[in-house]
Amino acid sequence: MPLSREDVLHIASLCRIGMDADDVERMRQQLSHILDQFEVLKQADTAGVSLSANPSERSSVFRDDVSRPSLSQEDVLRNAPQQQEGHLRVKAILED
Amino acid sequence: MPELYSLTIGEAGALLKKRELSSVELTTALLQRIRAVEDKVKAYVTVTDELALRQAAAADKRIAAGDAGPLTGIPMQLKDNLNTRGVRTTCSSRMLEQFVSPYDACVTERLAAAGAVLLGKGNMDEFAMGSSTENSAFFPTRNPWDLQRVPGGSSGGPAAAVAAGECLFSLGSDTGGSIRQPASFCGVVGLKPTYGLVSRYGLVAFASSLDQVGPLTKTVADCAVVLQAIAGHDARDSTSVARPVPGYAASLGKPIAGMRIGIPREYFQGIDPHVGQVLERAIQKLAQLGAVIDRGVSLPSTHYALAVYYILAPSEASANLARYDGAKYGFAAPDAKDMWDAMEQTRRHGFGPEVKRRILLGTYALSAGYYDAYYLKALKVRALIRQEFELVFQRYDALLTPTSPTPPFRLGEKLADPVQMYLSDVDTIPVNIAGIAGISVPAGFLEGLPVGMQLIGPAFSEPALLQIAHAYEQATGWHKLRAPVQ
Repeated sequence: MPLSREDVLHIASLCRIGMDADDVERMRQQLSHILDQFEVLKQADTAGVSLSANPSERSSVFRDDVSRPSLSQEDVLRNAPQQQEGHLRVKAILED
Repeated sequence: MPELYSLTIGEAGALLKKRELSSVELTTALLQRIRAVEDKVKAYVTVTDELALRQAAAADKRIAAGDAGPLTGIPMQLKDNLNTRGVRTTCSSRMLEQFVSPYDACVTERLAAAGAVLLGKGNMDEFAMGSSTENSAFFPTRNPWDLQRVPGGSSGGPAAAVAAGECLFSLGSDTGGSIRQPASFCGVVGLKPTYGLVSRYGLVAFASSLDQVGPLTKTVADCAVVLQAIAGHDARDSTSVARPVPGYAASLGKPIAGMRIGIPREYFQGIDPHVGQVLERAIQKLAQLGAVIDRGVSLPSTHYALAVYYILAPSEASANLARYDGAKYGFAAPDAKDMWDAMEQTRRHGFGPEVKRRILLGTYALSAGYYDAYYLKALKVRALIRQEFELVFQRYDALLTPTSPTPPFRLGEKLADPVQMYLSDVDTIPVNIAGIAGISVPAGFLEGLPVGMQLIGPAFSEPALLQIAHAYEQATGWHKLRAPVQ
């Protein structure tokens, strides 16, 4: 199924990947070609198939709600692009 | 004595135990080997010389104190998506180029506890997305058997490092074939364990319902030793299975007479005919060893597997890779005007083309209006594929297939067409979809290029797979050949 430019721009905005016009056209062609390969699944008879999201087929695992040692604040912030006073520093989230 | 870098774990371990060799000597020899061939092979993103020599000295003390196991003092590599405290963990991505992990993966911890020596981190396709290691953001790795060809991927660095004698073993990760296909291309042994057997804690997530960590080694016996060290329950991975781990070495050397091996016809359709001839000889060899071969096996849903994989894996990846936002860690685009622009520019410049392709694909498959047609449909077909394997394994101990439909291809050959690249994993993907076990073992050569065969078994069948693979290996001797790179 061929995607439109608008489709690609919409998906890119959903997953927050910036693109220029050339990127959009290249992705439009490549993704359309890949989506064509998925058409084969329409032939698969899945009426009455139960779902299995996890191949190990086990139920959720719980642990006791007790505190445990974790990474120090220093360790966590060591790879941060920008930090200030023990916090991550990011661009303004709220607009004026 | 052969060159130290060409030893297996078993051979080196015996010398260490008898004190005829120290881990420092062995590690020094391996670091020299890396210096000698790494310009050609490019299997490492990071080499940890000083750390390795420190760990080797500590291992020598353990050996002297009589506190040594089979991996104590053995130099290894880890794929660069396995977290290593204090050592860069890049996933071969610009996004994590400067990322120094604050913690160890479960497998890193277990190998350190066993006394293994870390030589460095193996190159890979960016975030494990690819089949040739050409998607590394840094440089492609080359096949030690022919430097003009790819080593496979995504664990191309680990497979090439083992084949070139740049480590005694390595660990890779396998989401759709990323251990087995490069093992086949580089003439080494590669195991994708049953989903849940090895902890994923500290493996940088790609597709969480498919990812598994496993060994790349020179021999099947070495594979059993490494698996023994990394297998077993870990509460930090909620999909890790709590069941006793068998002694894998115990299955080696047992006869395979009477074991039932099925040949599923769908895996042999459309493969390179020369690969087919290599596998035919392997089948005959197993029959000579007494295995009962049945060529009447069919798994009709096999031809849906590639589509199922390229819906499910990108869908999961699109969620897992949402964390790379330029705020918490990793690359951050400079000069952005606001938060959303910062995120979009960070992801635009931090991710390579294949990673972006898959995030977009997964986002599309999960988006409103397409979720049922793609993601839900793929989950249902996944169940069909699993059911077919379960039925077949009522009659067979293992299935034999090609690991990949072709021998190693040339660098650049499949880069322009993503779908052609994806087809390189068509024989390995069903194993991840079903969550079962698969091993690739060297099965011969085509004009000097290695060809692997894949043995597939039901969940937790690693002992039987190792038994068959070992019997075949010992009867053929392909594992004794070493790649010509100097």
